[in-house]
Parts: sequence; structure tokens; C-alpha cells
Amino acid sequence: MTGTGTEVTRAEVVAVACAEAWRGDGEIIASPFGTIPSIGARLARLTFEPDLVLTDGEAALMANTPSVSADRSAFVLEAWMPYRRVFDVVWSGRRHVMMMATQVDRYGNQNISCIGDWARPKTQLIGVRGAPGNTINHTTSYWVPAHSPRSFVEHVDMVGGVGYDRARAAGPAAERFHEIRVVISNLGVFDFATPDHAMRLRSVHPGVEVDEVTAATGFALVVPDDVPTTRLPDPDELELIREVLDPRRLRDKELPA
Amino acid sequence: MGDKRAPLDEMVAELRPGMTVGFGGWGSRRKPMAAVRAIVRAGIGDLTVVSYGGPDVGVLCAAGLVRKVVYGFVTLDSIALDPHFRAARQSGGIAAMEVDEGMFYLGLLAAAQRLPFLPTRAGLGSDVLRVNPELRTVTSPYGDGEELVAMPALELDAAFVHLNRADTHGNGQILGPDPFFDELFLGAATRRFVTAEKVVAPGALLQEGPIQTVTISRLLTDAVAEVPRGAHFTSCPPDYDRDEGFQKLYAGSGADPGAWTAFSDRFLRVDEAGYQAAAAEAGGAA
Repeated sequence: MTGTGTEVTRAEVVAVACAEAWRGDGEIIASPFGTIPSIGARLARLTFEPDLVLTDGEAALMANTPSVSADRSAFVLEAWMPYRRVFDVVWSGRRHVMMMATQVDRYGNQNISCIGDWARPKTQLIGVRGAPGNTINHTTSYWVPAHSPRSFVEHVDMVGGVGYDRARAAGPAAERFHEIRVVISNLGVFDFATPDHAMRLRSVHPGVEVDEVTAATGFALVVPDDVPTTRLPDPDELELIREVLDPRRLRDKELPA
Repeated sequence: MGDKRAPLDEMVAELRPGMTVGFGGWGSRRKPMAAVRAIVRAGIGDLTVVSYGGPDVGVLCAAGLVRKVVYGFVTLDSIALDPHFRAARQSGGIAAMEVDEGMFYLGLLAAAQRLPFLPTRAGLGSDVLRVNPELRTVTSPYGDGEELVAMPALELDAAFVHLNRADTHGNGQILGPDPFFDELFLGAATRRFVTAEKVVAPGALLQEGPIQTVTISRLLTDAVAEVPRGAHFTSCPPDYDRDEGFQKLYAGSGADPGAWTAFSDRFLRVDEAGYQAAAAEAGGAA
């Protein structure tokens, strides 16, 4: 498929799809959760979004763009960003986070808090974390590594990340800075470019059938007549992913080939 | 000027059942774990625990000392979820106030500034408002008229933080990269307790690091104790990293009640010196 001589993997396609989420964002913090979104954010900065700001995962911003398996000694830091300052950035809107979602619904409501009734959950997860504040203050996207009717649900059990219907119902202060840009799964890319902001299938990854996606989704997806295929990495991107950003193939652990 | 040094057990002896207690740090990072262990030894229960949650929450839940947890998350960082917090929530054994982590920050800030609440956009439209029906919104009195969440002050009866250094007057120094919200936990609390890796003479903190690292002034502290490795098994850079092997051992103690009893007998039914010795032995065996 490319000059490298090996087949492009699903994880590599998804890494590029993640990078595309930050296209056009300019000088804001890109905050990826998960290995493949981290590769994507770094890839975006090394290619079409050079002004993106990346954190070191601790309390600083990182001037260089090392691999996702790099030791901290390889980091070149450019500014201090402890957690308390992160909230200043969140509330200023200069950030686009890609969080994970245990559940996501038709309007982009997200749950990482618990499964079942919140008062006494069947399964306690990590908690809402910063999802309510993120979604209401700046652009948010989601990465769902295992697309199924259990993750793409009609209604999430606990709304942490706020979707379009809930933001609208909460009023102008909630809608003002709200944007759920894309949801990326192991099967495809989804957006909310519909009249009522219901989730739409934007593209299927190479080798995935549209029927496969709708069958794995627990609500009625908006499916256009023509569904494009998620683009492949170009040769430069593929080289960056394989040689620079993830030489140890951590991406395959998150999304096995 | 007063010497604020006091043994950790004396600090903990000031706690009473039913109190609201805040713990500094974040996740499994620079947690006042020695204070948590001292609370477990003292058996002071019915606590409302306020925390950017890590194993402080889990240990206190497992020890049966928690009535309610106020949190935005509970995590061990390198291990995503704390088994004891999960068990406590899933059994319905504890009450909970779950909020956005930025709302949590504003709750501490409001308490530290003696305000009833601070307004924020965070929480609007989310189920945080559904599961915490006591939360209210407030309408901007200005022309915009925006309706915002009024995050109530998180007032604490007591707070514990663990720092890299302190002096005998109660000034505190954080040499690691992130001060987290320790200053606000102290500011939000009636009784304010600091443990530190090392306690030095007044003025000597500048031999440890630049003035900008002395972010906790003695205005914010009532008592200070030197407790080396007092954040173990959480991280306390630059003094030590997280003890990942021990954290795995701790996470494994959630496997069944017998596992917790064994962990507790070995590591918590002993004094702090006994804990540190047992932890070193466990590390050596791992």
C-alpha cells in the first residue's frame, strides 16, 4: 500500500483520523487520552498543525514531539502547566480534548462514571473527571476503542460529558462554547453535522462495512447515502507513526490488528 | 514564634467521628498516606472524605471509616481504578458527591475565600446536577443574564497534606512539578495538618529550593510533622517515585475480604515505622 512495503493497520488509520480531529485548531492545547489519540495529536503537530501545544502528562508543556514510549528524559519542556493552571486553560477555551467514553449516545453525551444506577452502580468507573467542564467550555472529541451496542448506547447511564441535546436544554450559557467535534471508534468516524445534531456516520475505516457499524450501534445512526472511507496515512505520515512516534507499536496493544 | 511540630498521632487525635476531612495530592501522587494510616490505626470513622481521589479514599473505604466521599474521580493512575472505592460504591455502603474536577477546585477556593459559592459553567447540562440535587444555579446579575452553576464551598473540618519540606514554623515547600491543590485544602479547613519528608529550621527552606517552591506559608498551617516516606506508596518527586510494586500489592488486596485482611494485618495494624519496614520487605521480595 505504501513504500514501506507493509499493510497499513487499522490502528494507523485511526491515528490519522485522530490527528484530523485537531485540524484547524491552531495554537491551543491538544489533550489526548489513550495511546492512539496521543499518536494522533503528535502527528498533527508534526504535519499540518505545527502550533498545537502538547503537555508532558505531568505539569508542563512539551516543546519537542517525542515518541509515545519515550522516557521523560527525552522531553524538552517549554512552560509550566500544573493542574490548577489547566483549569484556567479549560475555562478560557484554548483546548481541544479527546477523552475516552465507556458509553456515548446519539447526541454525544459521554459516560466514564459508572454503569447502572449512579446511586448504587453495578460497576463503578473512574468518575466524571473533567468531562462536564471540558464539554461546556471547549471543543471535545471522543475515542472509543471497542465499538459495540454496549458503548454506543441510546442513553448513557451518567452524563459526564455533555452532548448537544443536553447543552441546548441547559440554555445559552451551556451552548455558548459547546462543540463535540468527532467520535472515533475502531470502526469509523462520527460527527454531529445533522439538523438536530444527532450522530452521523462520517466515514468507515477501510475494510469496514456500513452495516457492520449500524449493527454495532445501539441507536439509529444517521447514515448518508454515500459513506466515504476514512483516509489512509500518506507515506510521510506512515513513516512518522512507525519510525518517530510509535516505534514500539504501542498502538497495536490498544487496537490489535 | 511558635514551634508547630507535633507527632502525627497527636494531629489525628484531634479528629472526631463524623468530621469532613480533606486530603491533598492528586490520584496516586503525593498523597498524605501516613496520615491516612494513622487515621486507620485510630479507627476514627463516619468521615466525609474530600479528595482528588487516590488510594487515600480506597484505604479509608476498605477500613470502613467512610460515610461519604466527595470526588471528581478516584484513580491509582498507573492502575485505572481503586478496587476498594469501587466495592464501597457498588455495595451502596457509602454516600457520594461526584462533581467535575474543576467544580471541586472552585468549591475549595470558595471555602478558602469564605464565600458561599463560586459560579462556573462546569456542570451545566450534565448529570452532576441530577445526582447532587442540592446543587443550585445562579443567574448573572449583569446584562448577559447567564445561568451558571453555583458551586458551594467545600468547607473542611480538617485537612492533611504531605509536602517535600517544611520548617518548624509550618511553612511548606513543594519541590515536585505540581503543587496540586494542597494550598486550597489547607485554606478550606479549620484544622490544617502538614506532614513532610523533612522538617528544617526556619529560613533553611531556601537551602532546599528557590523561594517560589515555598508555596505554603505558615498562615495556612496549624501543625507539622516530619514523616519520611509519608506519601508512600504514592509518588513524591523528587524524593521518590510511586512504588508500583507495592501499589499492585495494594490493588490486589481488593480481590476478596481475605486479601484485604491480610494486607491490613501486615501493613496497617502496625505503627508507621512498622509499615515502612513491612513495605521495604515487601519491595525486596517483589
